[in-house]
Amino acid sequence: MSTSSWTGRVRAATLEKMKPEDLLPEEQPAYVASWIYIFGVLTLAALFMLIFSGLVLTVEGPAWWHTSTIGHYWNSVHLWSVELFFIFMVVHLWGKFWMAAWRGKRTATWITGVLAFGTSIITAFTGYVIQTNFDSQWISTQAKDGFNAMGIGAYFNALNTGQAILIHVALLPLVVGVIVLWHVLLVRRKGVVPPIDNDGTIARGAKK
Amino acid sequence: MSPKLMVDPSKKWSGPTRPYDLVKEIVVAFVAVALLAGGLAFLFSSPDDPAVTLKSWALTNSADFAVTATGELAGTTTSAGYGAPYNTAAKGQHFGFIKLQDWAGVRIPIDPANDFVVKPLLMMNDSAASSAVAEWSSANADQQSTWATAYADALSKAEGKDSVADPSGTFGPVPQMVASLLTMAKSGALDGALITSDTPLPTDFTKSLLFLGDSEGYFADLASKQHLSGDQWGVMNETGSWPGQSWLWLFSFWYQIDPFKSSDNADTIVMLLMGVLTLGLMLLPFIPLLRRIPYAIPVHRLIWRDWYRKQDK
Repeated sequence: MSTSSWTGRVRAATLEKMKPEDLLPEEQPAYVASWIYIFGVLTLAALFMLIFSGLVLTVEGPAWWHTSTIGHYWNSVHLWSVELFFIFMVVHLWGKFWMAAWRGKRTATWITGVLAFGTSIITAFTGYVIQTNFDSQWISTQAKDGFNAMGIGAYFNALNTGQAILIHVALLPLVVGVIVLWHVLLVRRKGVVPPIDNDGTIARGAKK
Repeated sequence: MSPKLMVDPSKKWSGPTRPYDLVKEIVVAFVAVALLAGGLAFLFSSPDDPAVTLKSWALTNSADFAVTATGELAGTTTSAGYGAPYNTAAKGQHFGFIKLQDWAGVRIPIDPANDFVVKPLLMMNDSAASSAVAEWSSANADQQSTWATAYADALSKAEGKDSVADPSGTFGPVPQMVASLLTMAKSGALDGALITSDTPLPTDFTKSLLFLGDSEGYFADLASKQHLSGDQWGVMNETGSWPGQSWLWLFSFWYQIDPFKSSDNADTIVMLLMGVLTLGLMLLPFIPLLRRIPYAIPVHRLIWRDWYRKQDK
């Protein structure tokens, strides 16, 4: 198939490399049989709850949850979703570390996973800054020193609540979303890494 | 014993498989997490300690407010001597020749004496305050510093008082300026003055929070009571007993130990260190010794125990 046009090149680099049975599989390698495997999808589920509860909170504005019981409940859902999100993500990360899951040309999958972890931490931080209560006042006044010390504070001002709200609600979820989507597509395309002791490349003394 | 199935992990798996339903797994996981998050929210709620204001500060601890306001005039507060991005009073933090704070420059100009004290007083429409500001503004910097420093010393000796008598005029207009600012703060007008100085519809609280952050006897005290201070692992704590940003434990850890906690450049050093460690985690597959750890410590034997058991049969 011709790939001379931009469209053709994009199609060849994306759709033609993804088979339907890889995207939505009905079977897995027999070794994929451990509770550790559920933490990837649990992380995605918690991310979905974060986005959903966050969208509910955006409808009535950043101060709604201080005055409304319903708003406070959804703020609580948002808080507990982020706690679950990080618990699931850290267990998933440790699991993949002990599997040496970067084997078999899966380095990009590992790197996008770590990138998702890092950008999620920054996203969560901006969430704590925009609570518009005492906690957010204290966190922002302390965190500004770290950002200022790196020169970042000249561009991202933790004391500027409006800037932090826009970054938390618009910019960073987009960044996290794109990285997570990239990560998931890499997982589906490369498949789940096989057990270490079955690694033929290691048996042959090849680069690990 | 049959020979172990050896595969190239970069190739598509062609060995034995088991049935799997991705969509079912996603739906079950999403429902389970939704119930869990919703249930935890219902059972444990979330903290919401109300925001503090310059008004609550002035009403609760007027002495600390007066000391801090005088410090802004004397140029002795944290904000007054901060450096970039607010002013050029200091070079800021650095690590060796790396001076990121200084290099970024002054992009959010703040002059604490003028922005926190003088300009708000000019909005008061009060003759005593206006006269005091006029006297202050007509004096040179050395005279201003002499007045403010002397008054700051007097206030610190008069513990718990928000004013000190000045029969000999040693403090110049400073006592009147501070007293007027305190009155303004108690009325709530100072909160509005500081946040609306750039636009009447504000979303930027930089000035009021910097001023509040200079307080040592009110704002920091409230934070300490909520175990939010840096030496209390405050970075990863939340008000009350709720879980906070526990994922920042390593970041917080460095601030608890030397040489970081006693360094004047702790923020720069810790931020750079965390950046290097994050980069290391990202590039782990390329780091010779570290990438061997999963082989040396066979946790994978536990993860794939069923598979290995079948392989060994």
